[in-house]
Amino acid sequence: MSLLSRPALLLLPLLGFMVLAYLVPFLGVAAWSVTLPEPGLTQYQTALTDPLVQAVFLRTFRICLIVTAVTICASYMITLLWVRGSRMQRLVIELCILIPFWISVLTRAFGWLALLSNKGILNTWAQNLGFLTEPLTLVRNEFGVVVGMVHFLIPFAAFPLASAMRNVDERVLLAARGMGASRARVFAQVFVPMTAPGILGAALVVFVFALGFFVTPALLGGGRSVMAAELIYLRIFQSPNWGLGAAISVILMIAVGGLLALLMRQARPAGAR
Amino acid sequence: MRKAKAAEIGAEHVGKSFGSFAALTDVSLTIGRGEFLTLLGPSGSGKTTFLMILAGFEAATLGRLTLDGADMTLTPAEARAFGMVFQGYALFPHMTVEENIAFPLKVQRRAASDIKRRVAEMIEMVGLGGHGHKRPSALSGGQQQRVALARALAYDPPVLLLDEPFSALDKNLRGQMQDEVRRLHRDLGTTFVFVTHDQSEALALSSRVAIFDHGKLQQIAPPKEVYERPANRFVAEFLCSINILPLGGISTDAHGSKAQFEGQTLRMAANLGAATPNFALRPEYMTLHTSAPQDGNAVQAALVDLTYLGAESQLSLMTPGGVSLTLSHPTASLPEDLTPGTALWVGWSPERGIFL
Repeated sequence: MSLLSRPALLLLPLLGFMVLAYLVPFLGVAAWSVTLPEPGLTQYQTALTDPLVQAVFLRTFRICLIVTAVTICASYMITLLWVRGSRMQRLVIELCILIPFWISVLTRAFGWLALLSNKGILNTWAQNLGFLTEPLTLVRNEFGVVVGMVHFLIPFAAFPLASAMRNVDERVLLAARGMGASRARVFAQVFVPMTAPGILGAALVVFVFALGFFVTPALLGGGRSVMAAELIYLRIFQSPNWGLGAAISVILMIAVGGLLALLMRQARPAGAR
Repeated sequence: MRKAKAAEIGAEHVGKSFGSFAALTDVSLTIGRGEFLTLLGPSGSGKTTFLMILAGFEAATLGRLTLDGADMTLTPAEARAFGMVFQGYALFPHMTVEENIAFPLKVQRRAASDIKRRVAEMIEMVGLGGHGHKRPSALSGGQQQRVALARALAYDPPVLLLDEPFSALDKNLRGQMQDEVRRLHRDLGTTFVFVTHDQSEALALSSRVAIFDHGKLQQIAPPKEVYERPANRFVAEFLCSINILPLGGISTDAHGSKAQFEGQTLRMAANLGAATPNFALRPEYMTLHTSAPQDGNAVQAALVDLTYLGAESQLSLMTPGGVSLTLSHPTASLPEDLTPGTALWVGWSPERGIFL
């Protein structure tokens, strides 16, 4: 069957839209990176050697790793209840997963700010109740960024995890228990490994999503833990160095693409049954 | 081959309800040490529920269970640790064949050298030499079920429970696996409890068959007995085909009984009770005649359909009174010119048959 058979033709409008809305502008950005302010690869040289840019890349990578690990662990537990809990538990968890989608990321970041800032609800209560004398610094640092990002990303991890968990044959778990394995062993040695492709897929989604985060780190990091996306914004809108901003964008894009390719190749043998 | 420890299981008045639905009602039976018991019944008869209660995956709502005389009603499945083989094999997809078989041994914290030796022994026993490093997905259905058997038997469980293990396999393979299971049972001496809805599988494999219907135990007896002396009409009809004739005008004398069927007098060697108005006879005891036979019992019937099955042919007949009869006949000696509507006689010896 040729690639241009009838069902494939139906996808053409979408393909056209993707080319116009993503590929063409991205190629434009890529062009800036080698032409502004003068033609050449100087901006890439700067991006890869400048200590500030390097620090931002490192921080982005570190925060994304932490966020991915925390998100996957939290989401795994929540999803477990969603898939295997009682009817009531399922309903509550389902609402908790779906409702965040209705609230804009900006609102949620401000929500965390109200909750966690030095004069926020949490610190005020803790001080009024006498648990704290000095407020804890919970936002405008990496901790705040991680909290905000994890909160945003948990529902995105829940879907691939849920589908992996629903694919686990109940009888395999029964068989393991029937052979004398405790519930903890069945979970650790049978259930978790059987959902490994889902964990990998969810981690990939979360990590790639986290790499491009802008609003949450900008608000909850308070300019102190700048991540890659914010750096690009600063280079383009505040210190007009479009070439450097574009070069960082391209590097980020290549990193994401490479990561995707690597992990997809890794995931395939485990996922294929 | 060393003999495994085999356990005796007792069930006393076991019942299971899901809400108002009674899945299992008042089941009492004893499964002997080293016995091969088959739980047979149509789907929804409660046989699988009973197996799940034996395994400990479901809790009985009523009654109690014993293992070698000790109460195990509330013992959780992992503490019972009966071997279990499922229809869908239920192998661990992320482990190799060897790792699958080693799993229960690791649970028991056996020594590594012991595990290695035992795994090799089990792989050899189920004839999977050379497949040890493969994942289950690389094996055929029959091979996967062998792995499941090896895994379930590796740790010498006191009881092996099998839940319709071969129903996903094609007919030839199923026959092979049945032989395999029989051999394993003979060699190991473990108590086997085997659930199936396949009558011939149950008759071929087991030392006793427990027949379930509507959540009730209908009969438990050796295969020959359930086949030849079914306890009730359900058992008689569920196990292969049987012809049932409604009787009237029953009288008993010193030589046996006499009864009326569609105006003919039938004689039976056995005494008929008043409450047994049906006469039942397996098709293999019936003979086909083109005219009324001199000896024994006979009823007239018209041919409805003839099914060619190779060596045997199956005939469907109907008496003038509208009672359907089925009988098997060697194809080679079938009367000629059989067409639907041909009038025939079906005869049998007065010693044969039972009353239901």
